[in-house]
Amino acid sequence: MKKMTMYLYSLIFIAGAVHADEFTQQDLKLWKVEYESVVHKGRKVFIDPKLGTNTVTCNECHPNATNTHPETYPKFQKQLGKVATMAEMINWCIANPLEGKKMALDDPRMIALIAYITEERRGVTLEPGKH
Amino acid sequence: MKRREFMKQVSIVAAGTILPMSVIEVAFADNPDGTKSGENFTFAVISDAHLQQIKGAKFVRNWDMGLKRAVAECNLMNPKPDFVLFGGDLAQLGKAAEIDHGAEILSALRSPVKMMMGEHDYYLDLGEHWMKRFGEPHYSFDHKGTHIVVLNSILVDEAWINKWKTPMERMQTMAGLDDPNGSPFMVGLAQREWLKKDLENIPKDTPIIVFSHSPLQKIYKGWNFWTDDAELVQDILKPFDKVNVIYAHVHQIQYNKIGNIAFNSVMSTAWPWPYPETYKKAKSYLPKLTVHMNRADPFFERDATGWQMIDVHSGRVDLHFLLPHNENRIVAYNEKTQQPEDVKYQTEQIPPQKHY
Repeated sequence: MKKMTMYLYSLIFIAGAVHADEFTQQDLKLWKVEYESVVHKGRKVFIDPKLGTNTVTCNECHPNATNTHPETYPKFQKQLGKVATMAEMINWCIANPLEGKKMALDDPRMIALIAYITEERRGVTLEPGKH
Repeated sequence: MKRREFMKQVSIVAAGTILPMSVIEVAFADNPDGTKSGENFTFAVISDAHLQQIKGAKFVRNWDMGLKRAVAECNLMNPKPDFVLFGGDLAQLGKAAEIDHGAEILSALRSPVKMMMGEHDYYLDLGEHWMKRFGEPHYSFDHKGTHIVVLNSILVDEAWINKWKTPMERMQTMAGLDDPNGSPFMVGLAQREWLKKDLENIPKDTPIIVFSHSPLQKIYKGWNFWTDDAELVQDILKPFDKVNVIYAHVHQIQYNKIGNIAFNSVMSTAWPWPYPETYKKAKSYLPKLTVHMNRADPFFERDATGWQMIDVHSGRVDLHFLLPHNENRIVAYNEKTQQPEDVKYQTEQIPPQKHY
């Protein structure tokens, strides 16, 4: 019985592994569409005067998300006095120039912002820690 | 220490902190041949305040403070500027409340004020309220032997103006610097004809200063660091020996020389912009001559914002940038190389000037 179970498990394991390797054009398309829709949503949040409380938008200071340097995070953010992620820096911006309320780090708007900011920086070498 | 001595010291320290402009007291330069020039003068440019109404009498504090600080500092200048030019974008969304709020803050200036139009002042009501407050958006005047022209260089073609459902939709689209649905700026045919006529009877050796909100050159179209008919305007200015273009809009130090025309940009009192080459997805053409200003630290609100005193001598301009939280910079016209140059950093780059 024990042998039989082991055999079954390994079959499932192999079948699973084989299956995981096989994704279709349809899968690729779906993932791309999903990703791009979040990037698109991120741009909307980036120019949303209601993100903070004072109508200031992210793109007022960061056209095309420039000077956000997503490729440098995590890094020692000297002004926060610790190694921080980009989400923490985004929250700083929301709380200060935008005079708004910080978001949960997994807030869908936060994820969308990160997606848009990073997409605008596509092709730039990843350099965590760079200042 | 006696109280009187102590008070004297305190007031010196206080003067040192509240009068940062004392370090840039503008010297009247002599002519290159050593003779004194009778035509030297100074003026100030304050620009791109972007006063932004939140609701009713509430405005974005940060931008208000930038303009108020520039006005206060300007009033303390010695020598007093002959006039102050406001370089455009007084408002953020062209609202009457924003323009009036700006007019009120600027009314504290103790020098004569000249106004220039920016796209943020224009695209809600096509400049109606602004013109009611400040008059015609293009004009010229003579000052101590220099001919000075103010252009309205943020115009676009009629089709773009008329394609929007509401004036606010049009304004918001133009207000988004990186909005792909904007339209390139131009001076336009009518104003180019006016400029030709205005310069017709001016002797060719008269120094000319042209104020323009857009750069009158082509740097990066995506953010409208761009004037579509730049070459045509430059052609009109070509016959003059000494032409100086001073432009706003870009919220950063830029300078350039094209033929006889020296170009200098001015700072924003509200917020700085990254240099266009930091946007890696598009090509841009920042003048090679320009030494970048330091990367702004967002934790200091006024960092990389500022205003400028401009010193006119022998028909050329030197810009003294007053940059709170940042070392002040001077971009002066170098008579030897015949181009504007940063007096300190032209050959020596420091880490914060490297942008990526």
